[in-house]
Amino acid sequence: MSILIDEKTKLLVQGITGRDGKFHTLKMKEYGTNIVAGVSPGKEGQNVEGIPVFNTVEKAVSETGADVSIIFVPAKFAVDAIFEASAGGVKLVVAISEGVPTLDMIKAIKFMKRYGTKLIGPNSPGLISPGKSQVGILPGNIFKQGGVGLISRSGTLTYEIVGQLTGAGLGQSTCLGIGGDPIIGLHFIELLEMFENDPDTEAVTLIGEIGGDAEEHAAEYIKNNMTKPVVSFIAGQTAPPGKRMGHAGAIISSGSGTAAEKIEAFEKVGVPVAKEPSEIPVLIKEKLK
Amino acid sequence: MKIQEHQAKELFAGYGIPIPAGKVCYTVDEVRQAYLDIDAPVAVKAQVLVGGRGKAGGVKLAQNLEEAVAAGEAILGMDIKGLTVEKVLVGKAIDIASEYYIGFTNDRNNKSVVMMASSEGGIEIEVVAKNAPEKIHKLNINPAYGLLDFQAREMALKLFDDMKIVRQAVDIFKKLYRCYIDTDSSLTEINPLVLTADNNLTALDAKMNFDDNALYRHPEIDKLREPTDDEKKELDAKSKGFSYIKLDGDIGCMINGAGLAMATMDLIKMYGGNPANFLDIGGSSSPQKVIDAMNILVSDKNVKVVMINIFGGITRCDDVANGLVEAMKQIDIGLPVVVRLTGTNAAEGHEILQNSDLIAATSMSEAAKKAISLIQ
Repeated sequence: MSILIDEKTKLLVQGITGRDGKFHTLKMKEYGTNIVAGVSPGKEGQNVEGIPVFNTVEKAVSETGADVSIIFVPAKFAVDAIFEASAGGVKLVVAISEGVPTLDMIKAIKFMKRYGTKLIGPNSPGLISPGKSQVGILPGNIFKQGGVGLISRSGTLTYEIVGQLTGAGLGQSTCLGIGGDPIIGLHFIELLEMFENDPDTEAVTLIGEIGGDAEEHAAEYIKNNMTKPVVSFIAGQTAPPGKRMGHAGAIISSGSGTAAEKIEAFEKVGVPVAKEPSEIPVLIKEKLK
Repeated sequence: MKIQEHQAKELFAGYGIPIPAGKVCYTVDEVRQAYLDIDAPVAVKAQVLVGGRGKAGGVKLAQNLEEAVAAGEAILGMDIKGLTVEKVLVGKAIDIASEYYIGFTNDRNNKSVVMMASSEGGIEIEVVAKNAPEKIHKLNINPAYGLLDFQAREMALKLFDDMKIVRQAVDIFKKLYRCYIDTDSSLTEINPLVLTADNNLTALDAKMNFDDNALYRHPEIDKLREPTDDEKKELDAKSKGFSYIKLDGDIGCMINGAGLAMATMDLIKMYGGNPANFLDIGGSSSPQKVIDAMNILVSDKNVKVVMINIFGGITRCDDVANGLVEAMKQIDIGLPVVVRLTGTNAAEGHEILQNSDLIAATSMSEAAKKAISLIQ
């Protein structure tokens, strides 16, 4: 079944006529995603590879029934695109943009709550349900359909681990890059719950990193709610305190948010933490025995 | 981005938040003059971007001119946690009756702006959070509505009984909130907010951090930056399109993706090596970017080996390999370079590397081990 996106997903691309929008629209289309519309103010009537472009999300949704939107818009304008998608009736917004001010995201997330719109990101590579649909910039060819759900705060580290899983014959149900920023949409707990309720998912891999305490909260949630096995990897054991390690959310502040604390929290609840990415398939196979 | 105490106080003053009279001084003569101008006991405080200045001897009270000058002489030029004190803030000493904490930050879990207030002022808030969390009053604020008057009042009433002081506090809270929001701050604190002997509130210390993602819309804040030499390098890298953080090891790292970069550094450490830096080269591996990144990497004289770990997703591994080979032709770094490519067209990329001076590896562990062995 997978979670959030599948072969029935109807995707709308905001920023479709920009360089990144166009490039990734083609890639997603190649993968098999059903892209039904694009939005680019002022460009209504044009089309990108046969996909109709609209001026507004509202029109795009009412004319095509799009239910998921992906945002390829520069950081300065990303939040407006998120507001528009939400108000326009989209059910899930996937925000790729990196560099969105945190205060903007706080406002956007509160706005979306009123409309019941779900968000992945920002600063996210998107998500993929292998064999069904891809809403993002992930390299489709490394994924394989199967039973492992994957939730990650990372981009290329996710791909590294997916490569290991696919190589070991462990296909994936849905893989999500939830984004590297401090304040993001759907996080570990909501997604773990979705995986727990997804008949196609047998096990979950959770990839965390320094900064914040989402992993610790996830560990608590897993202990009390998950029956399916979870394995983990945490990046940033050697990160110096007080420094932002690339991702806006990857920072050890005032001594908290360290990798060590997260690893301890997981191991305490029986979630094994891989010592290196290549160990993950081993840990999953062990748990599935 | 962080700013100095005196810079934060200047911002506060712009919002009408009371601060002690004071002057920034770069020399002992200026300290002398500042004391004479204030004509009262002063606090001489080191202006450096680290915590624990007081414990390190960087904050001294002076009752008279002699003491003020002596404090200036002792603190200017002092080393505090690796930073040299180049300026001090000479401020009128305040007759403290009691100390409080007030701060604003972004809460990741509630996805909200959060206000924190405590009557345990003058102590690090993390210590209070650990030992007496019930003494920190928290309020989630929706920036669409802001800090409402009644909320500021409720918070003030948790700290004070006297309505005159409550009114002062409400005024400060609202102004501090405005300052926080207007500047896209990520953390703003007054610790301690002091109640003086004559019942006035004043900000004895000031701290402001800013959201790096929002600096593009705050050039006046960006201008306040005082980067160390290492930080200048980091900013230079940023302007060239990648993230760089210097560490103290000898294996230079170049990776695409922050998470993968952190994982690579962790792996090197695990196998007994020591990463010289964090470097996320981001998407697209144009030869120019590789050259820029490599130049910053090797400007660190500690680097003896370079390890490159690239995941080719949309960018194909053979393109990456060609880019690397091209870049290496243009600069002669004179150090061994271990490259691990994985992802789309990994085999083709690996083949191209085999025919070059670059040392190819197929797995992250293999690359890390090879890099470490090349140091001996």
